[in-house]
Amino acid sequence: MSTAAQFETLPRHAEVQRGLVAVAMSGGVDSSTVAAVLQQQSRPVVGLTMQLWNQRRLPELQGARPAQHRCCSLDDVYDAKRVAQHLNFPHYVVNFEEQFEQHVVRPFVDQYLAGRTPIACTNCNTDVKFEPLLRMARQIGAERLATGHYARIRHNEQTGRWELLRARDGSKDQSYFLWGLSQEQLSRSEFPLGELTKDEVRALARRVNLPVAEKPESMELCFVPNGNYAQFIEVYSQSAGITLGTGEGEIVTEDGKVVGRHNGVHQFTIGQRKGLGFAAGKPLYVLSIDPEKNRVVVGDDDALRSTSFAIENVNWVSCENPVRPIRANVKIRHKHEPAPATIEPLSTATARVLFDTPQRAITRGQGAVFYDNDRVLAGGWIR
Amino acid sequence: MNRVYLDYNATTPVEPAVLDAMLPYLSAEFGNASSIHSPGQRARAAVETARDQVAVLIGARPQEIVFTSGGTESDNHAVFGVAQSLLAVRSSSPSSALHIITSTIEHEAVLNTCQALEKQGVAVADLAVNREGVVDPESVRRALRPETVLITIMHANNELGTIQPLEEIGRIASEADVYFHTDAVQSAGKVLIDVNALAVDLLSISGHKFYAPKGIGALYIRSGTRLQQLLYGGHHQRGFRPGTENVAGIAGLGKAAELARLSLGEDAKRVSALRDKLEKGLLERVPQSLVSGARAPRTPNTTNLMFPGLEGEALVIALDLQGLACSVGAACSSGAVEPSHVLTAIGLSQEEAKSSLRFSLGRHTTAAEIDFALDAIPAAVAKLRDLSPTYRKEAAASKVSQ
Repeated sequence: MSTAAQFETLPRHAEVQRGLVAVAMSGGVDSSTVAAVLQQQSRPVVGLTMQLWNQRRLPELQGARPAQHRCCSLDDVYDAKRVAQHLNFPHYVVNFEEQFEQHVVRPFVDQYLAGRTPIACTNCNTDVKFEPLLRMARQIGAERLATGHYARIRHNEQTGRWELLRARDGSKDQSYFLWGLSQEQLSRSEFPLGELTKDEVRALARRVNLPVAEKPESMELCFVPNGNYAQFIEVYSQSAGITLGTGEGEIVTEDGKVVGRHNGVHQFTIGQRKGLGFAAGKPLYVLSIDPEKNRVVVGDDDALRSTSFAIENVNWVSCENPVRPIRANVKIRHKHEPAPATIEPLSTATARVLFDTPQRAITRGQGAVFYDNDRVLAGGWIR
Repeated sequence: MNRVYLDYNATTPVEPAVLDAMLPYLSAEFGNASSIHSPGQRARAAVETARDQVAVLIGARPQEIVFTSGGTESDNHAVFGVAQSLLAVRSSSPSSALHIITSTIEHEAVLNTCQALEKQGVAVADLAVNREGVVDPESVRRALRPETVLITIMHANNELGTIQPLEEIGRIASEADVYFHTDAVQSAGKVLIDVNALAVDLLSISGHKFYAPKGIGALYIRSGTRLQQLLYGGHHQRGFRPGTENVAGIAGLGKAAELARLSLGEDAKRVSALRDKLEKGLLERVPQSLVSGARAPRTPNTTNLMFPGLEGEALVIALDLQGLACSVGAACSSGAVEPSHVLTAIGLSQEEAKSSLRFSLGRHTTAAEIDFALDAIPAAVAKLRDLSPTYRKEAAASKVSQ
């Protein structure tokens, strides 16, 4: 496809928007390309880069070599600045360290310590990017906030609702992390990459000579650049004055037989096999985590499968709260293939999900997102 | 777009006459001031002329002026220099035998230098200031110990403009026979400075704060002051500060010092009238606004206003997008803003500090620019407050209680 044609595949509603648009810029290729795309549409752009986390705060986590993709590293900030300079639009670094710690880092740690497996990115989207950052964008005179998320927003003229849809490029789709957005937040947000593939984004970045066109992608959770969650939780807890419980505890089977010992429940996640730290006759997986008794329950793969679970903090995105059970495809983790299920609303913010067939490792703290084809109907936290 | 610059405390433009004074030394007169030949001698003459000009500005003798790369180096040189020279003399006694008195509102160049010495075992007293941002001289007297070797208190504060009672502190320092350093980066060129009236032994200035270029500054070192050098190299500047002299920068600093001396009174009168107009106008037009440090003696160009119910960071960006440059808090290395330690030191909460903006005027500020600011700022504040969930809640609550 020609690059000119690529621009024409952009969502139509974006083309008619006028007025200043703020772009959340991480310094990566995706959000940088967003700025380029909007500029190609002759829209006035202001770039905002969030300073979210100070790596120097927990020096224990810094290895001998500087980490490659640290969150809010100066390199990323300078990359964002270089892009803004290259495309010639104003750019500012804004400090959201306090909000990030309050809404993302602290809950992440608390959840792990409570035996859950949280998703920090969802909290960051709902409570930081599309809350204080969007507010700041509006305060400085922008009507809307554009981000580099791979997802789509559509206004349904019939229902009057803003709908959230999967990205055209299914392999890059990030709609799973965006279910918490309110109608107000969606109405003021734009995801210009939702219609593009990653290759097309790179091609666009190269075409306008973005200085970050060849920058590799960051995969890890931004504030845990080395990917070692357990270590982060230990070091952060110590600095924040959180007691890590009793530390060492038992690993037991479903019938209560002790088969090993562990050094803290925060080191485990449901369905995990590797790192159980003991040898068994057959592969054992983490079935559940009990922080009260400081126990990890293990069993074989079959025992991991279940059909039913409850969710809380449900946010109905593309449709009204249903009063009767509905059918949808439900996705229970980022890499999960959505599976058909019946959803029974319990209250406005809670529901019960019943899969048609058992699913592996339904994990407390993860998000469950309901899809109707490409549309995100709702999402909530697995309880 | 309108371009209104109200951030002269951050930096100033190079005055055309200053640039003219510098240009020859960047091209035709490129000699090394240490060379024996004629080109070198002409460069030397320029350096010595500038030394005279800087000395006159602060009532010093030329041989007491050392040129540096700016305020930060001058501060480092003064504070480290005193401590290290005494440590060298008393090599037998531990560094804990040294004590330095400073304040909580100093610039980072002083604060972090003191902190570095603290890590080496030197005791440091950080004196609190009152709500107006002024150090009480009596607190300096009370902090004195037999082992106190240095008092370092700034002249004018960069955030508030408040001027410290240096004469009194100087008297206390003299009586106690303790070295006295002041960071005069924010006062030089704005208010009269006489090193003898202030009884200071060391005084730091920075060129770019008064219309000379960035990268040039000076340290006044009273004759007889024992100061360990910071840098090692050749014998330039009597060995106090080795390194080939930045002749063009030095010539610019000299010219700027001369211009400042000649126009100081007039500038102060004109700028303070504009500052007062801005301050008064904003207090009238922005509900609940407050000035910090207003009851203290201040530099004529600075005002620090608090606009409760908003994030100063957002206001500065909103104003910049409209062409008005001002300042909030302290910039960290990424360029993001952190609450100013000065504002928390005068008793403001984190929230109050974050909602405070600094406007600093200068020689080129016009009445029309102040009028523009008086239109743009209240409108921007209103918009920000309108979008602030906390401010709307508070406003609603106060309506109910009335």
